[in-house]
Amino acid sequence: MAEKQTQSLDEVTIRFAGDSGDGMQLTGTQFTNTTALLGNDLSTLPDFPAEIRAPQGTLFGVSGFQIHFGSKEIHTPGDQCDVLVAMNSAALKVNLGSLVDGGHIIANTDGFNDRNLKLAGYSSNPLKDGSLSKFRIYEVDITKLTALALQDMGLSSKIVDRSKNFFALGMMYWMYNRPVDSTMEWIKKKFGSKPEIMEANVRVLKAGWNYGETTEIFAVRYEVARANLPAGKYRNITGNQACAWGLMAAARKAKLDLFLGTYPITPASDILHELAMYKNFGVKTFQAEDEIAGVTAAIGAAFGGALGVTTTSGPGVALKTEALGLAVMVELPLICCNIQRGGPSTGLPTKTEQADLMQAMYGRNGEAPIPIVAASTPADCFEAVFEAARIALKYMTPVFFLSDGYLGNGSEPWLIPDYDDFPDISPKFRTDPEGFLPYLRDESTLARPWAIPGTPGLEHRIGGLEKQHLTGNVSYDPQNHEHMIKLRAEKVDRIADDIPPAVVDGEPEGELLVVGWGSTYGAIRSAVGRVREKGMKVSHLQLRHLNPFPKNTGEVLYKFKHVLVPEMNLGQLSKILRSKYLVPAVSLNKVQGLPFKAVELENAILDILKGSK
Amino acid sequence: MSKLVEEAIASVPVEEKKYSSKDFQSDQDVRWCPGCGDYSILAQTQRVMPDLGIPRHKTVFVSGIGCSSRFPYYMDTYGFHSIHGRATAVASGLKMARPDLSVWVVTGDGDGMSIGGNHFIHLLRRNLDIKVLLFNNQIYGLTKGQYSPTSEKGKVTKSTPFGSLDYPFNPAALALGSSASFVARTLDRDPKHMQTVLKRAAAHRGTSFVEIYQNCNVFNDGAFFQFTEKDSKDDHIVILEHEKPLVFGKDRDKGIRLNGFTPEVVSLKDGKYSVNDLLVHNETDTTLSFILADMTYKPNLPRPVGIFLSVDRSCYEQEMDRQIAAAIEKRGVGDMKKLLNSGETWVIN
Repeated sequence: MAEKQTQSLDEVTIRFAGDSGDGMQLTGTQFTNTTALLGNDLSTLPDFPAEIRAPQGTLFGVSGFQIHFGSKEIHTPGDQCDVLVAMNSAALKVNLGSLVDGGHIIANTDGFNDRNLKLAGYSSNPLKDGSLSKFRIYEVDITKLTALALQDMGLSSKIVDRSKNFFALGMMYWMYNRPVDSTMEWIKKKFGSKPEIMEANVRVLKAGWNYGETTEIFAVRYEVARANLPAGKYRNITGNQACAWGLMAAARKAKLDLFLGTYPITPASDILHELAMYKNFGVKTFQAEDEIAGVTAAIGAAFGGALGVTTTSGPGVALKTEALGLAVMVELPLICCNIQRGGPSTGLPTKTEQADLMQAMYGRNGEAPIPIVAASTPADCFEAVFEAARIALKYMTPVFFLSDGYLGNGSEPWLIPDYDDFPDISPKFRTDPEGFLPYLRDESTLARPWAIPGTPGLEHRIGGLEKQHLTGNVSYDPQNHEHMIKLRAEKVDRIADDIPPAVVDGEPEGELLVVGWGSTYGAIRSAVGRVREKGMKVSHLQLRHLNPFPKNTGEVLYKFKHVLVPEMNLGQLSKILRSKYLVPAVSLNKVQGLPFKAVELENAILDILKGSK
Repeated sequence: MSKLVEEAIASVPVEEKKYSSKDFQSDQDVRWCPGCGDYSILAQTQRVMPDLGIPRHKTVFVSGIGCSSRFPYYMDTYGFHSIHGRATAVASGLKMARPDLSVWVVTGDGDGMSIGGNHFIHLLRRNLDIKVLLFNNQIYGLTKGQYSPTSEKGKVTKSTPFGSLDYPFNPAALALGSSASFVARTLDRDPKHMQTVLKRAAAHRGTSFVEIYQNCNVFNDGAFFQFTEKDSKDDHIVILEHEKPLVFGKDRDKGIRLNGFTPEVVSLKDGKYSVNDLLVHNETDTTLSFILADMTYKPNLPRPVGIFLSVDRSCYEQEMDRQIAAAIEKRGVGDMKKLLNSGETWVIN
């Protein structure tokens, strides 16, 4: 056998695609963990259907997982993939559009039989009919090779079939020079109680690797050197896990119990799953009967002195709306995490979108301002939700934490922060009955005292009816109502004094400022980088605090001739910026359930820069 | 409960005192319509509170929306007037966070059975140690007189000028169907009975559900007079007493006998049946409680009043705390620093 050639790459994007029962998410996650351990920078995009096990071989049952990794900084899961692993014809058809010209297709030939081709709507086999001539095709009968690897084990065909994703994984490990060790460890841990399945998966994983090594069809393997990331200890983390851990860290630093009242909803449920594991941290998770009970239970817990949290996605926020207004009125700390998905209504449950900013900002009856903090990368969910908790506790207010499906399910390497560096955010409960009034505010923050049941001498009543200034008694007085409305608004506005100023990446003034919020960060960062590589100037501002905005936001915006706001909605932040700062912000929209590609932003930036010359 | 909460509460000295009902009256003017049944319920509650042995500062009243839900403003305890239908959910969160508190929910037939029906049934099945007082006046009072989920079918109101079409809920049966561990019914016009029931509800460990027939003298006056007024009540209600036969009537000359599974009224006068033939109440018999609750709305049967069921079942919040204690026992108190550094990590130099 000829010595195989190894080629160096500085970045690669691979997409694993198959039936939703084929284990593509697992395959992608394993590849990600191994890649992270090797020290590559990376970004991932799981892309799966809303159906749990859609009929086999159908287009709507295709589940995909994309990973972009490299030896340089990686900010997005990749605009297009270089390699497509297609477990069947439907997976090929659905994902072919995202494959770069000249890209590689690794096709499981068994998934291209007549039945599969028909289900995918192919009239002839694309692997044979020349229609894929601009790509490099590797045909591998993964199903058969998996069966051969297991033939002496006497396993059911179902178990054999379920193992085939490990063959694909093993092959990809070989092709990209990754060790199988960490996945082997994982298999042993996961299937420890089922020795047969454990043995089968290990065998198939190795068989896949060995196939790459021995077969003639792969002439080249690739090497991606470790990235030049800042020194320190890293782990891989998804946005939802980072959010859960950020909440736990906040509760610890607040010296409070964490109480999560929630209802399962895609793509937020993983936060519940994660938090439910940490009972030894004193975390109380309550899977309520509905979204409303989730948030109202969290408000009840906050009344009792816990760090109350509710987690959901857009439709759930719609149901929680009245309760959020109650939290505004009773001025109790509460964190509402919205892991946004495609809307309106049920919309696209498993796809990403940023169309709930207006909902967070204005979506309640009456004047009911709620501070908003948005995370910009998966790992950033940790710090962003911690910040949401800090604001909630200091200002006695509900706070929105905005993430989205892409951040929640996506992952990236995370330079593990030093927990000791996070500030103490513990509240000071009111205990002194002398001079106690439930709505006597702190002079600087305007927060009302947090007096918890069980404290002798502080018995008082709160509720959703308008409060009399200071006493908190029910009041229908017109002047008092307006006064209270203004006080609640001012309380939120004053948070601007307590958050970092907006910092521009790039020149502080000039032709074009790209303003982003949330998960557009990675794509903007990449696009801006590419434009700068072309020798042009463009600046970038990513807003974490969306209500209130940093105090200097206006000054920053006014220093640019053009302001471009890319958003996965029809222009929600741009509308707010235009109305608040009277700047001619231009909106760039994409509402397809998928994140922006860097090239889309790059082109938009170039258009503006060229046009203004 | 966190250390911070514990320390805050402990930092204030408690003066030992013997409470009177006056100690439970807040400084707010009571604003129900004159003659409303709510006044009696408030008075009986304030009267029994001193006997419960629970300090005022450990007591919380939570309500939703409706006439009944103004109740917390009039109690000098902690109180939370929340939003429509959600008092049971707010109270659940509070009780889970703070099992040390005595948590009461005040709701009505609209708040509890209609908009809050979902939270109501789930509270009962979870059996948190919360006391639920449902003021049933069979009408929407605060919104000025529409029919409610407990209004009798055919009820003519502003919203149903041709009569309502819905069949009414039977709150006791709904509660039992939700696996409630304590279900009782009492009357606004029988202060003594109400006090007894409230004390029993308070003593029960688990969710106590008390339906209180309450007269809305403005929009549904006399809805329960059959069961509450001197000249009619004895023939129209049967008081449930543990281990006692179901006897009723002005002259205590009638009783309830089980014919198969069906209760029927028998005369104790004509020599055919004696007290020994009658159904004997047993508060701990779940099956019997369903039969008794089902007597409600049956035209030929007296309305049962009293405690239908009182059984022991573990409380959700205690099991929650037990799971946490077990996890700490097994894995030690969680260490955030360790967690952040757990699992697969790698170092870049």
